[in-house]
Amino acid sequence: MAETAFRMEARGVSKIFGTHRALDKVDFGLLAGEVHALLGENGAGKSTLIKILTGAYQPDGGEVLVDGEPVHLDSPLHAQSFGIGTVYQEVNLLPNRSVAENLFLGHQPTRFGLVDRKRMNRDARVLLKRYGLEIDPSSELGSHSVAVQQIVAIARAVQLSGKVLILDEPTASLDRDEVQRLFEVVASLKRDGLAIVFITHFLDQVFALADRVTILRNGKLVDTRRLSELTRTDLVRKMLGKDIAFSGSTSLEAQRPVTDVLLEFKGYGRKRSVRPFTLTIHKGEVIGVAGLLGSGRTEMARVMFGIDPSDEGSVALNGKPISIRAATDAIAHGFGFCPEDRKADGIFGDLSVRENIVIALQGKLGWFRALNRDEQLDLAGQFGESMDIRAASLDMPVKLLSGGNQQKVILARWLATDPAFLILDEPTRGIDVGAHAEIVRTINRLRDDGMALVVISSEIDEVVAYSSRVVVMRDREMVAELRGEDISPAVIVQAIATHGEPTPEETAA
Amino acid sequence: MTRISFGRIFNTQTIALVSVLLLNWILFPGFFKIEWQDGRLFGSLIDVLNRGAPVAILAIGMTAVIATKGVDLSVGAVMAMSGAVAATLVVAGYSGPVAVGGALAVGLACGLWNGVLVAMLDIQPIIATLVLMVAGRGIAQLITEGSIVTFSDPTLIFIGTGSFLGMPMPVVIAFALMVLVTLVVRKTAIGLFIEAVGVNRSAATLAGIRSRLLLLTVYSVSGICAAIAGIIVAGDIRGADANNAGLWLELDAILAAVIGGTSLLGGRFSIPMSVIGALIIQAMNTGILVSGYPPEFNLVVKAGIITVILMIQSPLAGQVLGFFGRKKSGASR
Amino acid sequence: MNRSMRPLLATVAIFLVAYAAAVFQFPGLLSTRVLGNFLTDNAFLGITAVGMTFVIISGGIDLSVGAVIGFTGVLVAVLISSFGLHPLVAFAIALAVAALFGAAMGLAIHYLEVPAFIVTLAGMFLARGGASVITQDSVPINHEFYSTISSLYFRLPGGGRLSFVGLLMIAVFVFGAVVAHRTRFGSYVYALGGNTTSASLMGVPVARTTVQIYMLSSMLACLAGIVFSLYTSAGYPLAAVGVELDAIGAVVIGGTLLTGGYGFVFGTFVGVMLLGLVQTYIIFDGTLSSWWTKIVIGILLFLFIVLQRLVFAASARGDRSSETA
Repeated sequence: MAETAFRMEARGVSKIFGTHRALDKVDFGLLAGEVHALLGENGAGKSTLIKILTGAYQPDGGEVLVDGEPVHLDSPLHAQSFGIGTVYQEVNLLPNRSVAENLFLGHQPTRFGLVDRKRMNRDARVLLKRYGLEIDPSSELGSHSVAVQQIVAIARAVQLSGKVLILDEPTASLDRDEVQRLFEVVASLKRDGLAIVFITHFLDQVFALADRVTILRNGKLVDTRRLSELTRTDLVRKMLGKDIAFSGSTSLEAQRPVTDVLLEFKGYGRKRSVRPFTLTIHKGEVIGVAGLLGSGRTEMARVMFGIDPSDEGSVALNGKPISIRAATDAIAHGFGFCPEDRKADGIFGDLSVRENIVIALQGKLGWFRALNRDEQLDLAGQFGESMDIRAASLDMPVKLLSGGNQQKVILARWLATDPAFLILDEPTRGIDVGAHAEIVRTINRLRDDGMALVVISSEIDEVVAYSSRVVVMRDREMVAELRGEDISPAVIVQAIATHGEPTPEETAA
Repeated sequence: MTRISFGRIFNTQTIALVSVLLLNWILFPGFFKIEWQDGRLFGSLIDVLNRGAPVAILAIGMTAVIATKGVDLSVGAVMAMSGAVAATLVVAGYSGPVAVGGALAVGLACGLWNGVLVAMLDIQPIIATLVLMVAGRGIAQLITEGSIVTFSDPTLIFIGTGSFLGMPMPVVIAFALMVLVTLVVRKTAIGLFIEAVGVNRSAATLAGIRSRLLLLTVYSVSGICAAIAGIIVAGDIRGADANNAGLWLELDAILAAVIGGTSLLGGRFSIPMSVIGALIIQAMNTGILVSGYPPEFNLVVKAGIITVILMIQSPLAGQVLGFFGRKKSGASR
Repeated sequence: MNRSMRPLLATVAIFLVAYAAAVFQFPGLLSTRVLGNFLTDNAFLGITAVGMTFVIISGGIDLSVGAVIGFTGVLVAVLISSFGLHPLVAFAIALAVAALFGAAMGLAIHYLEVPAFIVTLAGMFLARGGASVITQDSVPINHEFYSTISSLYFRLPGGGRLSFVGLLMIAVFVFGAVVAHRTRFGSYVYALGGNTTSASLMGVPVARTTVQIYMLSSMLACLAGIVFSLYTSAGYPLAAVGVELDAIGAVVIGGTLLTGGYGFVFGTFVGVMLLGLVQTYIIFDGTLSSWWTKIVIGILLFLFIVLQRLVFAASARGDRSSETA
């Protein structure tokens, strides 16, 4: 790499949480006047790197340099004083306050010790004009669209820092016109010489905006390149796997005996969430769902399970139409769901392993047919053993277990209900190798036992290994259904990366 | 929860209760003396149980509410309302059982009201129950027309002052209710569901628990408990005093639950421990009275207890203790 | 229009309609005499409610204010009557004690990460108990300074009197409004109520602001206690029991969101006046009894909670959908 003076640089930074290496000797250099995209799936280390660059975390190894000088960043505020500003996906401003106050909070112009509102609004108007916003600075921030709020956040960050701007998934909830508008703002800041880090999972946007790209995977640096040297397929391949050997598919489809149809989703969808999809699921098959973050893969699972009930289409179970308006309906029909965010939606941290395992079955049995302690211990012991859960005791709080074991507990919870259909959303993310293997083994075992599964995963190799069919999600839409020979990393990557004209969003979020 | 081991009996709460009782005994040597008179037991210890019964009953319902990560501020006002309804009904010529039924119905209605605000309208529990806390006492005064409605109905008076097998009725009722609710909660899956909703409502809903129905039930139980306590207090003074019945008892009930080990952030709970918490509060009250201090001195002691409990429960203390304890953890995040 | 104005406008409209209706029934209500008494009689509640407004806007609650009023009355009375201090010295001491008390609560809320509800409950027990430990009885205050202050008033056209305490309340409201809407501290208070995480990322000193908010609330409650003692010329440990509920009621009826982030000090003023109107109406009517005040406050509280739920429901839903993203 040419010895250009980096505006900001991370040299060999590492970050360790417990036993997990979230970031492993990563180098990252940022030039003035460039937009530098940072790519990687969840758990790749993007957000850890960003938090180190903004001072929210301190690295366990390596150093951070600003203009060639090593710095120690204690906090985002401290980073701000070095000229580093950040804009987050969820706008971290105050929707309850005026636009002007959000721009100047903590730095409001004062007169005789009182905030000079007139001047503040006037300054705000001038500032916003530079970003092409003609809005009333005294209006409530929350009354504006997310796009406007993002631009206000950028204006604040640039105003207070001015050298480096970090944009952490700023476009996640914007529609196309809004993204366009944001891009114009970013492009003009780039011309002004700002160094900009841009994080997104929309590849179109990377190609539209970025000059260079850095790709992380599993906490390690994969590559830093000029974007002009890369194709979309190169990029997806770098993000999702090792340099994928283009091996043939395992073609489970061919070996799989023809079995009965279990579930039929027809034109099933939900506005603002996932476009209608049609999917037939047989007993004893695993449907892999591939797609990047934000592609609608999780939304599809939530609609199937009734957490966000569908508003169009129909679903039939064993040929009979059923209605799923809530999770309880889905469970009554023999569904199970392991959510993506274990901590927020999965485990009951303070409750015991035993209780965490029996809770779904108990929920199905209702209030008055209670499993007694011995039955609970039997169940928990049985399913705990079959999943190889490593817990000192079944009565210890589940929060003390490792992530992998927690995931096994949630899987055991659903297996205890003897489900016909199981949805797993990223079951192997962020867990250790042993637990990973155990979960993949379980998926295979369940399929062979005749259960139907939908497994969402960003590990393409894994999807290929256990899926009898793969559906590909992009832009909140099911764009491909692959079977047989087509189930190969190369085809999946191709399907994810295919540059389709992005469909206009139905509604602005 | 079916097996009671010695480890479960000798815990912080019981040790605290015994210590307070022993302290009372030192201050007042006749404290443990119990006499049999006119077919019932008398003595300071019995008095502690008897006086502590209303708060203990409130604490039974409050514990379940707090375990769901809620709080019920209205129980004091509901006590006043139920007492007022019971008294007014007997004065109007209805029989005692009808009056009791009416009072319980009021408690149930209040509980349902709170439950609907919390579970259906998703209003924060502290705000939702504040409405009834403010308006309830006014409604009670409206029912009694501002005066103390006295009565001589034997049923109500028996509930407040009678005895059963030598024990005062309030103690018998509180004990029976504690056993009943504990059994219902632990022999069914309700207890597990309450804890699950309190720990993580989102995960509970995903695991197929009908959390709204559960919240509605829990607030209703709290309302009914408050109504029972209201009847007892009215029966005790043979009249309904809308101004003072149950005044500030919601705070004592919350305190009892917190002393009993239920976290205000929801989760694990034990109804018997909360009842012991109520008895600790009453034993302190009695102790301060017998030692000649003004009763309000109690408030200072309560403030001290809350402060100590908060410090022990706080994440800060957890960090400090955790520093000496296990040093790993914090993997995910 | 700014949507946070809607509950405020609703309060003002309700007040005007209610006042007009009351005047229509009892023309005597429309006089400076009644208005003057309004201000005087509600002065201690109003001053307390200003502090409560800050606390609630920041997303907290302060249950200790009634007890602080009682404690202040007793402390001031004892300092004057038993220790022979000049009332102004006594006031200064009381305010200093209250400031420490509020700071301690703020520190506990921030550093122990406990709900404000339970910390201020402990504060309430402590202040009420402390007052009772000092004395059980009502302590009279006989000092010429008290009689002078109590008899100070401006004559209003129409025979009404604007008393010193009434004027003091108005001054506190003006002070509160300026602090809330025109200082950086004020904007930090709203920031905490809006989103604590964002606020701290934006550089709001969260710990300092929290401590200052509860200090302000306790000091204003202390000032209210002083006013209350001027009003009654005595200090009584059980004075102003339950005033915290009236204050919370006035703040919410005044259009402040109980979950924090939105509100106006002026709204609280209208809320206090509305509560005063209900009481005065009941006195004028003669047949209605005092308990109607509580019922009406409860109903208003309910209406405003539901109204706010509706006005702010849209944004709440927005928050939720972003959670799932």
